[in-house]
Amino acid sequence: MLFKSPPDIRPSEITDQAVYLDRRRFLCTAAVTGAAVLAAPQLASAAVSLGEIKPGPFSTDEQPNSYDDITSYNNFYELGTGKSDPKVNARYLKTDPWSVTIDGEVSKPGTYALEDLLAPHAIEERTYRLRCVEAWSMVIPWNGIPLGDVLKRFEPTSRAKYVAFTSILDPENLPGQRRSVLDWPYVEGLRIDEAMHPLTLLAVGLYGEIMPNQNGAPIRLVVPWKYGFKSAKSIVRITLTEDQPPTSWNLSSAREYGFYSNVNPEVNHPRWSQAKERRIGEFFKRPTLPFNGYGDQVASLYNGMDLKANF
Amino acid sequence: MRRPSGWWRSPKPLVFGVCLVPLALLVLDGFQGRLGANPVETITHATGLWGLRLLLLTLSITPLRRLCGWNRLIAYRRMLGLFAFFYASLHLSTYLVFDQFFDLRAIWDDVLERPYITLGFSAFVLLVPLAVTSTNGWIRRLGKRWVTLHKLIYPAAILVSAHFLWLVKADYRESGIYALILALLLGYRLLPVRTGKRRRSRTAQANGAMGRVSR
Ligand code: HEM
Repeated sequence: MLFKSPPDIRPSEITDQAVYLDRRRFLCTAAVTGAAVLAAPQLASAAVSLGEIKPGPFSTDEQPNSYDDITSYNNFYELGTGKSDPKVNARYLKTDPWSVTIDGEVSKPGTYALEDLLAPHAIEERTYRLRCVEAWSMVIPWNGIPLGDVLKRFEPTSRAKYVAFTSILDPENLPGQRRSVLDWPYVEGLRIDEAMHPLTLLAVGLYGEIMPNQNGAPIRLVVPWKYGFKSAKSIVRITLTEDQPPTSWNLSSAREYGFYSNVNPEVNHPRWSQAKERRIGEFFKRPTLPFNGYGDQVASLYNGMDLKANF
Repeated sequence: MRRPSGWWRSPKPLVFGVCLVPLALLVLDGFQGRLGANPVETITHATGLWGLRLLLLTLSITPLRRLCGWNRLIAYRRMLGLFAFFYASLHLSTYLVFDQFFDLRAIWDDVLERPYITLGFSAFVLLVPLAVTSTNGWIRRLGKRWVTLHKLIYPAAILVSAHFLWLVKADYRESGIYALILALLLGYRLLPVRTGKRRRSRTAQANGAMGRVSR
């Protein structure tokens, strides 16, 4: 096989939820019988399941990429700039304990342990397309909660016009942060209506398992109609602001990466075309869709805006 | 003029084989499904990098001969240069087939509008006449002009290096190292050489080119 064929086995099929939960009990017995020898390697490779997940809206019925592709081909510069670096360096991201601070223009600011932040919400499965600014794309079954539902709990004030996201800063452990490829920590931002849009997700897992470190564990943003870099990973702070917040790639090169960065086949990156993309798992490129195919849901957010000027 | 045979005397087949190893590994990885999530990108990067590396090796022959007196290295220069062209051709073919699927309009737009493609394309255009005129026949026919023509390798290598620097998003470490090596190799040629030595090396160069003809 010269090229990898698209996936047909999902980890959730390999490791059925019920089987997973039963595994601890099973293992105790198995250890005694010596079957642990066979079970252990499988247990080691199985990620931690998220528990109950309800199907969410907006999921595409396109074939998702394999768990292996999604977790071995990543842009996560905190763990290295090569596509395979984040998986190799995944262990350097320390996610336990994790807390998220919510502050700025909200009536109820505070710092919350991840569990407490998530507790009131039901985790949904949302299979979204992801379009990277580098002209490749994937289909990923995310698990998460709508960002808007979370923000509402903290009661944004009338002055909250934007939402700023800050990712982890830990140069002691994160190899990528010991070099100033970007200004650390990574910062991103959305307009408040984009943040409140029901498509926008705070993801905590994929394929029913907790978020792998290389994909931005333990909690990351997913904004499927924007280039991938808008979806900040490993978020530690969410700040509601009156003014448009700075964003990392825009600070790095303002002519190449705008604040909006909506997927747009008609606005090319100054150095390469955005008209087509390579879906991971396919040979040839396919046309890129405006708003990554989510135009029906989000185009109205930008009515009257010149999307070429506001790229 | 024939030397006694044996690869240690004339390890050309060995060098030839070694130059094919990167391709062999790529093919092997392909058959074993180990080209990663984006095989086309893996192939583009590997073939581009080997094209550049072999260009740099080709350019290091003259400094090595002058600095270390390893004059026999000249026997491998043509082969290294041709392999650089070989990998560059594979690199370009990958782009033509998998990135653009022979869409001539899109390709031309890319060449005109994307500076990094413009640079890579220009480099390739400069390498073509070098590959074509690498045969003994052309060396004989062109005589002195052959040496002049083959100076095109300098701008070609600079264009490739710029091509690489231009396509990087933010991490310039790798492309920077290659650019630095190229700068050293080209800078060396700007150093003043004592005339006697230069004449000798010129003669050696011509002899090298012609030497192969007589073998
Ligand atoms: C028409 C000619 C050429 C075209 C269309 C072309 C196209 C490309 C493309 C599409 C990439 C990948 C960009 C990316 O992944 O973002 C690339 C990378 C590269 N190319 Fe070329 N190229 C050309 C000529 C050359 C030549 C002649 C050489 C060397 C002899 C070369 C060396 C490289 C190198 C070293 C890279 C970087 C690989 C890496 O990132 O690891 N290219 N080229």
